Amino acid sequence: MSNGFLNISQVSMEFPTPTGSFKALEKVDLNIDEGEFVSLIGHSGCGKSTVLNIVAGLYEATNGGVLLSDKEVNEPGPDRAVVFQNHSLLPWLSTYQNVELAVKQIFKGKKSKAEMHEWIVHNLKLVHMEHAMDKKPSEISGGMKQRVGIARALAMEPKVLLMDEPFGALDALTRAHMQDTLIEIQADLNNTVIMITHDVDEAVLLSDRIVMMTNGPSATIGEILDIDLPRPRERVTLADDPQYNHLRAEVLKFLYERQHRPEDKVA
Amino acid sequence: MNTRVEAMVGNLSIYRTNLDKVSLKLKKLKDVNWKETFWSGLRALFLPAIAILIFLTLWSVVASQIQTSLGQLPGPSQVLEQTLILIDEHNEERDKEVAFYERQDKRNAKKLVTNPDAKIKVRSYTGKPTFIDQVGTSVVTVATGFILASLIAIPIGIFCGLSSSVYQALNPLIQTFKPVSPLAWLPIVTMIVSAVYVSDDPVFSKSFVNSAITVMLCCMWPTIINTTVGVNSIDNDLINVGRVLRLNWYTKIIKIVLPSSVPMMFAGLRVSLGIGWMVLIAAEMLAQNPGLGKFVWDEFQNGSSNSLARIMVAVFAIGLIGFLLDRFMLILQRSVSWDKSATIR
Repeated sequence: MSNGFLNISQVSMEFPTPTGSFKALEKVDLNIDEGEFVSLIGHSGCGKSTVLNIVAGLYEATNGGVLLSDKEVNEPGPDRAVVFQNHSLLPWLSTYQNVELAVKQIFKGKKSKAEMHEWIVHNLKLVHMEHAMDKKPSEISGGMKQRVGIARALAMEPKVLLMDEPFGALDALTRAHMQDTLIEIQADLNNTVIMITHDVDEAVLLSDRIVMMTNGPSATIGEILDIDLPRPRERVTLADDPQYNHLRAEVLKFLYERQHRPEDKVA
Repeated sequence: MNTRVEAMVGNLSIYRTNLDKVSLKLKKLKDVNWKETFWSGLRALFLPAIAILIFLTLWSVVASQIQTSLGQLPGPSQVLEQTLILIDEHNEERDKEVAFYERQDKRNAKKLVTNPDAKIKVRSYTGKPTFIDQVGTSVVTVATGFILASLIAIPIGIFCGLSSSVYQALNPLIQTFKPVSPLAWLPIVTMIVSAVYVSDDPVFSKSFVNSAITVMLCCMWPTIINTTVGVNSIDNDLINVGRVLRLNWYTKIIKIVLPSSVPMMFAGLRVSLGIGWMVLIAAEMLAQNPGLGKFVWDEFQNGSSNSLARIMVAVFAIGLIGFLLDRFMLILQRSVSWDKSATIR
């Protein structure tokens, strides 16, 4: 039944807790095409990160499974590179060395030293970080760290790029810059991307499809919204675009009318 | 016309603000910076100097009031005098040694002239070790014990940090052996060493091995515990980076686990070295192993009127060397610590 590049089929996830098992996900089904940019959106604790971690292979689904180009995912690997929420750069290595660690591991024996160097610099250039190659993570800003994190993931030449709230910890302006860079890179490389986000604008601006998740426990996919806005997309022109605003409103309606925030439910 | 004048005035005011900025900078450089650094430098010099002065005064006043069976308790001046004497004694001993070897060489050369087939005996000088020799022995011994302890403690700490089962298994043993005094270890170590370390031509003397092992047994615990904590508290995301990259076990340890736990590890090593130095002096005293501890004990048994002053010289030497060892570890710790936000003191 493989009719997509990446198949997430009937994935359920239970976490053991001292008070019995906690069902985080219930039968999540999703097919993603090659080159597609998919956002996962939902309230906190709805299991978005769990879905991503299962695709990454960092968690093992209790039921169901994930197929990537018809191969089952059962362990983490560089073909599913992850951009973590808080950059996860090794603090004792420079930005160059951080990317180098990944490149050396993956292209050992496939690229010469000079080619590796070129590839590292190329990826740092993609995220506009070539000026800070010798800086340690502690010497650069949060946005820059996240750029390096993206460069490291891109340098792995992944089949799917997994981004776990990549810009969540950044201020609004920096976030906008990062989104623009991501759009630019996406236009260039046309990667398959799954991105988790809290930010409705970010989701509409970047995605081909937005997957909206219901609240947990037993969270699953509530609705999928196709974003057929033409590319290239420009945040300023889109701000006045009626279709953009309509899509945005759709997501907001899902999040705030159909899925109440968890704390509202308790009250 | 008007606009041009306005533009000129505008230019002028820009010029003026620039000038202001420059003069402000100069001003800052002139009075704030220099004064600050001067005063803080002066404070750094003077405050300790005042404290030392008060200490020396109190010491000499109190010392002049106390009569011991070995005469009056020595004050700062007697201790200084004995320090110089100890250095002189060391130099004399060295001169004697040089003279001894010269005589021996001459004697042997003469023998060879009269009879080319003569058997040459080379004897090594067997003078009494001086105070400075004892200091050297102590430093070498503590370094040996400390390095041995680190070689054992760091791997154990890494395993304990990586695997909670290993930690659970070893923790009771670690917690039990950690508080054991060196004085309790020493008899056991001595008996085991004399039973096991048997050789006609030992590279190291038994007493040296005894002290080094005792130091090792007492000073590996802080390193084990700190390394465990350091390894155990690695950011889970960093471990996940390693998993995504499919680093093998060895690469993971070398590239992620070790560097990440190095600051904690060195904090532990520093505590260990401090403990090792304290332990060594006690061990040397009890076991009559050569070193500063033996020097103190010998002087105590000797009981001359200078003994107390000479012991005090040793106390200062022990303190100073301990301080220097700690500074050395501090520098090491700073140089390997990637977490620049942490203040290490």
